[in-house]
Amino acid sequence: MPPIGEMIRESQIWKSIFRHPMPTDRRNRIVVMLTNFFLHLHPVSIKKQGIALSYTWCMGGVTFFLFLVETVTGVLLMFYYRPTLEWAYNDILALRDVTSLGILREIHRWGAHAMVITVWLHMYRVFLTGSYKPPREFNWVIGVILLLLTLLLSFTGYLLPWDQLAIWAITVGSNMARATPVLGYEGPGAPLLSVDGLDMITSASDARFGLLGARFVGEETLNRFYVLHCVAIPLGVSLLLAIHFWRVRKDGGISGPL
Amino acid sequence: MHGHVDYATFLHQISGFLGSYYLILALMNAILAFYLWNSGKATTLFRVAGFPFTTATLWLLVAVAFTIISPLAMSGDARWVVFISIPQPLRDFSNWLLGPVVYSVGGLVLFVVLFLGRKFFVKPMVAWTILILAMLFMGLAMTDPNFAEIVTKPDNVPIVGLIFLLGFFTWLATAKAVENDERARQGLPPTEKLDDEKVLVWPDLVYTELICMVAVTALLLFWGLMLQAPLEEPASSVKTPNPSKAPWYFLGLQEMLVYYDPWMAGVVLPSMVVFGLMAIPYLDFNKQGNGYYTIEQRKFAYIMFQFGFFLLWIMLIIMGTFLRGPNWNFFGLFETWDPHKVEALNNVNLSEYFWVKMLNMPLPRPSPTDGALRSFFTYILRELPGIVLLVGYFTVIPPALVLFSKFFRELFLKMGFVRYMVLNNLLLMMMLLPLKMVLRWSPLNLKYFIAYPEFLLNF
Ligand code: HEM
Repeated sequence: MPPIGEMIRESQIWKSIFRHPMPTDRRNRIVVMLTNFFLHLHPVSIKKQGIALSYTWCMGGVTFFLFLVETVTGVLLMFYYRPTLEWAYNDILALRDVTSLGILREIHRWGAHAMVITVWLHMYRVFLTGSYKPPREFNWVIGVILLLLTLLLSFTGYLLPWDQLAIWAITVGSNMARATPVLGYEGPGAPLLSVDGLDMITSASDARFGLLGARFVGEETLNRFYVLHCVAIPLGVSLLLAIHFWRVRKDGGISGPL
Repeated sequence: MHGHVDYATFLHQISGFLGSYYLILALMNAILAFYLWNSGKATTLFRVAGFPFTTATLWLLVAVAFTIISPLAMSGDARWVVFISIPQPLRDFSNWLLGPVVYSVGGLVLFVVLFLGRKFFVKPMVAWTILILAMLFMGLAMTDPNFAEIVTKPDNVPIVGLIFLLGFFTWLATAKAVENDERARQGLPPTEKLDDEKVLVWPDLVYTELICMVAVTALLLFWGLMLQAPLEEPASSVKTPNPSKAPWYFLGLQEMLVYYDPWMAGVVLPSMVVFGLMAIPYLDFNKQGNGYYTIEQRKFAYIMFQFGFFLLWIMLIIMGTFLRGPNWNFFGLFETWDPHKVEALNNVNLSEYFWVKMLNMPLPRPSPTDGALRSFFTYILRELPGIVLLVGYFTVIPPALVLFSKFFRELFLKMGFVRYMVLNNLLLMMMLLPLKMVLRWSPLNLKYFIAYPEFLLNF
């Protein structure tokens, strides 16, 4: 009888999933890159320098991986969590005390912190190697938006446990929107927007209200941040990531000396 | 957490962690010693009676020292722990010395010293020594309950990680840049050029990625098992914690609130940071240094970026996290966060300096009978000194630089008027923050250059 591994690899099921044999020779190593959906993001061959850990620090890759980890653990957390004043805190409490696989929330939270750090390090690397220079200018711009979205993802998630740490951090972090020029009711120029002595920009119609859905951090905010955190921002990040990776390829692969 | 228990209990709580910490340090040094000895890379420092004292011996001795320290920490007994603590007088001295001014100026000096001495500091043995000293300091400081409380707060742990990661990667990048710059002087291409040959992505890249993923997963699992995610009391909109802090990555912005009004610190400046970052590729026209590490070939861009990133972003976050306590007062590393600490705040506006202190006049003030236009001009007049100063700052300095500096003249000629002005104004905006900080801390206690509380427009 042939070894069990070989039997599996020769089976019809295996062959129907993987469209190429185990890549052990040069031909198959090339074929695997071209025919596998996930691998085809990569080129087939690459300059040795472009994959050196000491050059890229793999920081973009690690950031992407952390994004995936956050997505998976985030979906699992959503099974347990209801974004209402009645349940939010208790659900998190139960998640800690009752649920099995008790470190789900830990992985999600520390992964989020780690992602903020790795995205900075990635930007730092890209700057230090001058990789934003032509032809990669626009990919840097997309990167900056990704950085912003990463911070906003983290920020909106911070509110969800609905404990003291959460609401006060969000209160402090969003208070400044009150002072948006013209559009915040404590901002410079806001009094200009008044019609017949009636202020258009009030605490119930200004930029901060738009962000929080209320005059202070309350249930509307929780709902708003929940939707932003779980749906809107991840979708935005996914779209931009697709463009980001596509541009890495189209701009000639990982940067290197000419 | 720790702050509320007595010292003996506190020592008991951290003993396990601290003991293992020193064991890891011992292990790190032992591995290095073995590597140096085994690879024959150890160099002889001096000879004792014919016996060579090598770098391997040195790190082995350090490893032994940490091994001896470890049980002291593990004992959790105050009588032993004193030997591995920073002496109280030193801690008091550090608390007394450290303030926003010493911290920021110290950071700047450190940055300059590291930059100028980079050829020395990137040497592996020097960098290693700094790492071990930094970790030793962490360990010694950890026996102080105040220090331990802020550093081990679950949400602060990532920042400790960030400090070490940034240190490591900065070392790595600088070492490569120094090497490349040296090669450039000799007319050689950068080291990145040497790995020019093409390799197949499977297996070379795919396996590296797999290993990275496994490593990150392992790290996250370890972190998640060791440290529980924080969950405080249920939210209450009436019980305001003191200090109230934004999430750590926004603490640089919160720190700016001390010097700027919210519309600047919270809205305008962050937008400018984002815009400025996006503008970098369009402002930096230097074609050199694309795709390899270098400092010499793009010194200006390098220094400006590091200034913004390290001193104005990372340093402010570290300060906001570890050194800002109740009422956003500054506290030393080993100081108890006392909510009753009062700091006299006596800030004075520039207009007041000009009209009241210099000219001995009252501030110009529109009288109730004045028409709109007349009041408007009175307001302008009142803040004229600040307006002139700021408009001058943004419009006079850039052309002055062109006239007096060869470097900026070249920039101007290559970039054209618009790009040159955008670059300069972004940089001047960035520099205004440290300038404003200094003016606030100086005996001037300057509050605003331009103060229009009537229009909520203070600058
Ligand atoms: C969610 C955040 C991000 C993810 C997941 C991500 C992912 C990646 C990956 C996987 C690469 C391939 C090379 C590498 O790993 O270094 C890359 C390259 C690149 N990234 Fe990002 N990135 C992110 C954010 C950013 C940011 C914040 C910037 C800059 C501000 C940026 C700018 C670039 C540029 C210019 C390249 C091309 C680098 C080169 O060719 O050497 N990215 N990114």
